[in-house]
Amino acid sequence: MTQASALRAAAVLERKRIRKERFAQLRRNPAFILGALLLGMWLIAALFGNFLTRFEPGGVDVLNVNKRPSDEFWFGTDNIGRDVYSRVVAGTRPIIFMAFSATAIGTLFGTTLGLLTGYMKGRFDVIVMRILDAISALPVIVIALLALAALEGQSEVITVLIIGFVFTPIIARTVRAAVLYEAELDYVAAAKLRTEKMPHILFVEILPNVLPPIIVEFTIRLGYAVFAIATLSFLGVGVELGSPNWGSQVAENYSGIFGNLWWATVFPAGAIATLAIGINLIADSIMEAFEI
Amino acid sequence: MLKYVAKRLGLALLTVFVVTTAIFFMTNILPGDPATRILGNLAEPENVAKLRKDLGLDRPLLAQYWTWLSNTLQGDLGNSIQHRVPVVDYILPAIGLSLRLAAIAFLLTVPLSIIGGITAGVMRGKPVDRVITVGGLSAAVVPEFVWAVLLVLIVGVRLKWLPTSAYPGPDEGLLTYVYHLILPSIALVLVLFGYISRIARAGVIEAFDSDYVRTATLKGLPRRKVVNKHVLRNALLPSIAVIASQVPYLIGGLVAVERVFNYPGFGTILIKAVQYRDYPVLQSSVLIVAVVIVLAQLIADILFAVLNPRIRQGIER
Repeated sequence: MTQASALRAAAVLERKRIRKERFAQLRRNPAFILGALLLGMWLIAALFGNFLTRFEPGGVDVLNVNKRPSDEFWFGTDNIGRDVYSRVVAGTRPIIFMAFSATAIGTLFGTTLGLLTGYMKGRFDVIVMRILDAISALPVIVIALLALAALEGQSEVITVLIIGFVFTPIIARTVRAAVLYEAELDYVAAAKLRTEKMPHILFVEILPNVLPPIIVEFTIRLGYAVFAIATLSFLGVGVELGSPNWGSQVAENYSGIFGNLWWATVFPAGAIATLAIGINLIADSIMEAFEI
Repeated sequence: MLKYVAKRLGLALLTVFVVTTAIFFMTNILPGDPATRILGNLAEPENVAKLRKDLGLDRPLLAQYWTWLSNTLQGDLGNSIQHRVPVVDYILPAIGLSLRLAAIAFLLTVPLSIIGGITAGVMRGKPVDRVITVGGLSAAVVPEFVWAVLLVLIVGVRLKWLPTSAYPGPDEGLLTYVYHLILPSIALVLVLFGYISRIARAGVIEAFDSDYVRTATLKGLPRRKVVNKHVLRNALLPSIAVIASQVPYLIGGLVAVERVFNYPGFGTILIKAVQYRDYPVLQSSVLIVAVVIVLAQLIADILFAVLNPRIRQGIER
């Protein structure tokens, strides 16, 4: 017993050391630092937006329409005189909140499904994966458009649920692949011999060991959620009309670029780009550090 | 080989069937009555009832499903509620326009991303590799419409290098069409480049690490020959599979890019169908999207088998 427990303690220590080393490697990666700075900046804007705006984000000012960026209007004003800077700041919270919620939902269901299908091979696995394959064959944007047309309204909740739903099979596939490998290992066989129940084996034994790919998948999907939500709001579906969404801001103002009124479009567009790139840089660095 | 193709074909048909069923039930089972949604909440109950009857909504759901399925199989996609014309007549010209845009985007993307991926793989670890890999993937996560508006502003309005309209009018020559579609295509290329080049790069690196390349190097072949004869051939295989898997993203991107350029293609029709609750158009559009995607996957699978001797000769499975 003492020998076994000593071995186990050594294994735990070894795992901790590797993890520590990987985090150290992550912190030294310039791509990770840049990504963290970008995401951090937008997280601050999302959390403390109320204190950072300079004007009422929805406030129309007919005397100051299409003003260039200046000391008064940092990012200029749009075609009905709203302060672009304040609207960009106010637009942070909806997209970040929606993207995180959608990704969390997809990760939760995807992980559960992936654990189940990876562990219970055979017919159940085949049928579930086939249905998931068929659903994930369609582009997110098209599924979302279809569902938003069928369901009443333009609610953010529907958008979040749909994106979470679309992410589920993708995440399930990643988790399933990892579980297929883990399920063959000795510790799972040992747990079975100890007559542990399936939920215990899945969530207590296997789950901690497949966390790295889940974390990577979460980060990648988060970026894609930003992509999808921004695109849907640009297309005028899936968000409340008139709300300060970045995609809606681009949609409302981009006809101005033909007349060189670039600021009301470029700033929200740049916000979308920097948020998406920041998340992607983080995902990429984690993947590199954990060699996935 | 035949068995492999037959199996893939069966899977493709099954996928289309599942998607079709999902589409039908998604638009019909979800809460809310299509007739009320079309006419609005203030409509007279008699009018709603009449429209329900016209649309066949008063029949049992399974009967509706059966009619819809058998009509669809016979090529009858129903009539557009908004335009009162057969869906086929309304959708086909738009699909043609979208296909042009998609074709140009693909013709630009595939060679560019494969060359980019191979360059990155051969220069592995060097700054060129970092730029292509990190740059490509960063470009890929930025939505197409963001690229599109930035391209219009910088390349079209400021530099005046390319026209900012995507559609020159109905009676122009092929080259004029292509010229007008370059700018919108670049927005799509920027999003697709990263994924395809990453796979091509991975293929190159895997080939470099393989025994046969080591053998080729050790027997004294010059590096150029090793790359051309042994590395490239194997690196291209996985790229083919991933190109097909990008078709859904391409279609999603088309919707957004067409909107920016006000291009009267398939994406524009889809958005209009959503706005006007034109269910027959919507269902048919999604069905077509599903068929195109499954077809692309099927072609890729078969191409993959043709190029891969292990599958061609039935060694695997």
